[in-house]
Amino acid sequence: MTPLRALLKDPDFRRGASEMLAFGPGIAAWGLVTGVAMVKSGLSVPLAIFMSLAVYAGSAQLAALPMLAAGAPMWVVWAAAFCVNLRFVIYSAQWRVFFEHLPRNRRLLYGYFAADLNLIVFQRAYPRAQREAGQLPFFIGGTVAVWLCWQLPSLLGIVLADVIPTRWGLGFAGTLAVLGLTYGLLSDRSTWVAAVVAGTAAVAAFALPLKLNILVAIAAAVAAGLMIEQAGRAGERLKGNS
Amino acid sequence: MNIANIGNGWETALTIAGLALVSLVTRCFFLIPEREVPLPEWLKRGLKVAPLAALTAVVVPEIVMTQGHLIQTWHDARLPAVAAATLYYLWRPGVLGPLLAGLAFFLPLRLLLGW
Repeated sequence: MTPLRALLKDPDFRRGASEMLAFGPGIAAWGLVTGVAMVKSGLSVPLAIFMSLAVYAGSAQLAALPMLAAGAPMWVVWAAAFCVNLRFVIYSAQWRVFFEHLPRNRRLLYGYFAADLNLIVFQRAYPRAQREAGQLPFFIGGTVAVWLCWQLPSLLGIVLADVIPTRWGLGFAGTLAVLGLTYGLLSDRSTWVAAVVAGTAAVAAFALPLKLNILVAIAAAVAAGLMIEQAGRAGERLKGNS
Repeated sequence: MNIANIGNGWETALTIAGLALVSLVTRCFFLIPEREVPLPEWLKRGLKVAPLAALTAVVVPEIVMTQGHLIQTWHDARLPAVAAATLYYLWRPGVLGPLLAGLAFFLPLRLLLGW
């Protein structure tokens, strides 16, 4: 068997892909909206296709579009995208455990394709945060699924931009999909605390530019989690002493 | 907006190529060095909730805010849609079911009543 066919038959690859496909409709709705938005903001169809395939980061693309339209200097657009993508910097520290043993080229290849949902689904499958058999095919299955679920609707949106009316509010379908996904992640007290703190912080810090409210929300949720952990330990110690 | 005022020229293409590089660098940030950049153990533990926090941070403002302000009216199609999606989720957890239940409320209210 060729390596590709062997991969497609790998049970971990299939599991990684199918667990991701549950989120397919939500990813697709967002991809479609992003595709439409690129062309509506004035980007030509070939450049929009190039942006979709090469940048492959919806929130950064949406942040860059008005800047491109306004003729902002190149480095300003890049700096803005970097800020919007800062959460990926945090994620990359978490991927490190699983990819560390690979050569750098391979690490970069995998890292480039690792979207938000990939980390979430991967963490749910491997909560122990250590290397286990079958992880890489599982990861690759998930990345292939996200890539297809995002790029095909995005390209469709680019081509059909003038036909799809924006007032349908299709982007909200993506929000609803992420809502269901988020509910699925609320498994215990620590995840509830993280979600409530992050949601509140994101609203409170919404006025910040460049989606930096997301970074504020992450920081607040992490800090709250650590504080609760400390309080729990102190409680255990008190019980142990009594 | 004036269509086709951007979208031509090598400058835009170069900007987009740079954005692709930004994607690569941010997503691979801690994967680039050969030696592990030491992060304290407590920070690694704490960062586990980062993706969940990021998701919530994206979703909640999309539901409760309009152009940077908390929504002021009940006549907003998003609220019944979120309620329907939540109830559906409590009945049958999943992604597609709540999504469709939410849209079943969202689209008629938005398109027919303009909520």
